[in-house]
Amino acid sequence: MTPISGFQLTSPFASDEFRVKVGLAEMLKGGVIMDVVDADQAKLAEDAGAAAVMALERVPADIRRDGGVARMSPVAKIREIESAVSIPVMAKCRIGHLAEARILESLEVDFIDESEVLTPADGENHVYKHDYKVPFVCGCRNLGEALRRIGEGAAMIRTKGEAGTGDIVHAVKHLREVTRQIKALTLLTKDEWMAAAKNLGAPFELVAWVATYGRLPVPNFAAGGIATPADAALCRMLGAEAVFVGSGIFKSSDPAKRARAIVEATTHFQDPARIVKASEDLGEGMKGIEAAKLTEAEQLQTRGW
Amino acid sequence: MIGVLALQGDFEAHVDALRRAGVAAREVRGADEILDSRGLVLPGGESTTFRKLMDGTGIEDAILTVARRGDPVLGTCAGAILLARDVEGPPSQGLGLLPMTVVRNAYGRQLDSSIVRLTDVAPGALGEEPLEAVFIRAPRISAVDPSVEVLARRDGDPVLVRKGNVTAATFHPELTDDRRVLDLFLSGRPCA
Repeated sequence: MTPISGFQLTSPFASDEFRVKVGLAEMLKGGVIMDVVDADQAKLAEDAGAAAVMALERVPADIRRDGGVARMSPVAKIREIESAVSIPVMAKCRIGHLAEARILESLEVDFIDESEVLTPADGENHVYKHDYKVPFVCGCRNLGEALRRIGEGAAMIRTKGEAGTGDIVHAVKHLREVTRQIKALTLLTKDEWMAAAKNLGAPFELVAWVATYGRLPVPNFAAGGIATPADAALCRMLGAEAVFVGSGIFKSSDPAKRARAIVEATTHFQDPARIVKASEDLGEGMKGIEAAKLTEAEQLQTRGW
Repeated sequence: MIGVLALQGDFEAHVDALRRAGVAAREVRGADEILDSRGLVLPGGESTTFRKLMDGTGIEDAILTVARRGDPVLGTCAGAILLARDVEGPPSQGLGLLPMTVVRNAYGRQLDSSIVRLTDVAPGALGEEPLEAVFIRAPRISAVDPSVEVLARRDGDPVLVRKGNVTAATFHPELTDDRRVLDLFLSGRPCA
C-alpha cells in the first residue's frame, strides 16, 4: 500500500512482540488458571498444579454477593502473590481502565485480563492492547467480540460464561457459538468476507484469516461457571484449549483437593476413567446460582462492547 | 511415531511442527503411550504442573527408558528443566538425563521474554545462519558437565545443548519456521 504522507498500514500481528505474547498463551494450553486473592491461595493453586494464577480483589461469587465497585487487586496483594509463586501471575483490570493496565504492566504481571468481572471503567472503549508490552486476555460471547478484542491486540481469548455462578451453561453457549461462527466463515467465498466482517462487527483482515485457517489466530480458553472436574473436561471437549476457574475452587469445601482434581480432569479430558477418579470424594462443590434466574442487569457477560 | 508429552503446555505446536516436517507425531499422556513412541518431545509449559501430573504415573521411568534405549529425546523450556539433573528456583531434582544445572525463570518475567537471533551457534551442527530463538519466561542453564555439548549460546549462556540422543533448548524451536533444531533432534533417531 502506498504511504499517504508518511502513514503506512502495517500489521502488528507479525511483530516479535506479538509473537512473544501469543507464545506465553501457547505455554498455558492444557492447563488451569486459578483465581486467587492472596499469597496463601496462590500457593495452594501452585501446589495443586495450576499453570498460572489470576490475582483479583474478590472472587466473582463474592462480587455478586457483596456488590459495590469491583476494581483491580491492591498493589500489595499483587506483589505478595508474585513473590509467593514461580508460575505466571495474571491480574484483572477494569474494561477500558488505561491506568490500571499501566499499573499492572509496571508490576510486571505476566498477563492482564481486561475483564467484565470487574466494574467497567469505560462504557464504550477497551484498552488498545498493542501499545503494551505485557500480553492481554479478554472475554467474548461470540466471534465478532473475539475478533474485536484480537484487533485491539489481545493475545488470548476466553469465553465470558457467567462468572461467579458455578453454572456452566453460558460458557458452553459461548464456546459453541464461537465454533459455529468459525465453521460458517470457512464455507464462504472471498466475495462474502466483507459482508461477514460487517455482520460480525469484526476487522476484515481477521475475518479473512479465520475464514482461511478455520480457527482463532490466538489461543481460545474457557471461563465463567466452571465448578467441577467434569465442567473443566466438558469445556476441553468443546474445543477450549485451557480453562480458568474462579469461585469454583475457593467456594468449595476442600479447595486443595478440588483444585488438584480440576487440573487432572483438564489434562485427561478424553479419558472418562481419569475424570471419574478425579471426581471422587471431593466434598461439597460451590452452591452456585442458576444463571437462567439472573436478570440481564445482574449478568456480568453483557459488559464489554 | 514421535510422542509429544501432552500433560500441559505447547504440545500442539510441537505436533504441528513435526507434521510440517513430514514426521508422524501424536500427543501422549501415559507411560504406555510413551514407551510405544520412537522418540519423545517434552514441550514448553509449566514444569511444576508437569511434575504434579507425572506424580505416581510411571511417566518418569518411561521417559528414562525411551532415552536409555537410544530413541531421540528433545526438551524445550520446561521440557529442558525436566531433563536436567539439578534445578534451582526453587531447588529440585530433574530426571538427570542431561548432567547440567538449570535456573527457572532466570531471565525474569514475561516482560523480559523476547525473540533473539542467535549468532553464537555451532556451525557444524547448525550452519552459519543466525538461529531465531523464541524465549518465553526462559530458564537459564547455569552449569554443564563437560560431557554435554553446547550448540548455541546467548550472551555466553548455553541455550541449546546435546548429549548423545538427548537434546535440550531453553527456547522454543516449535514456534518458528526455522527447522534446524528439529532436524538436529530427529538426526538422533535410530534407523526406521
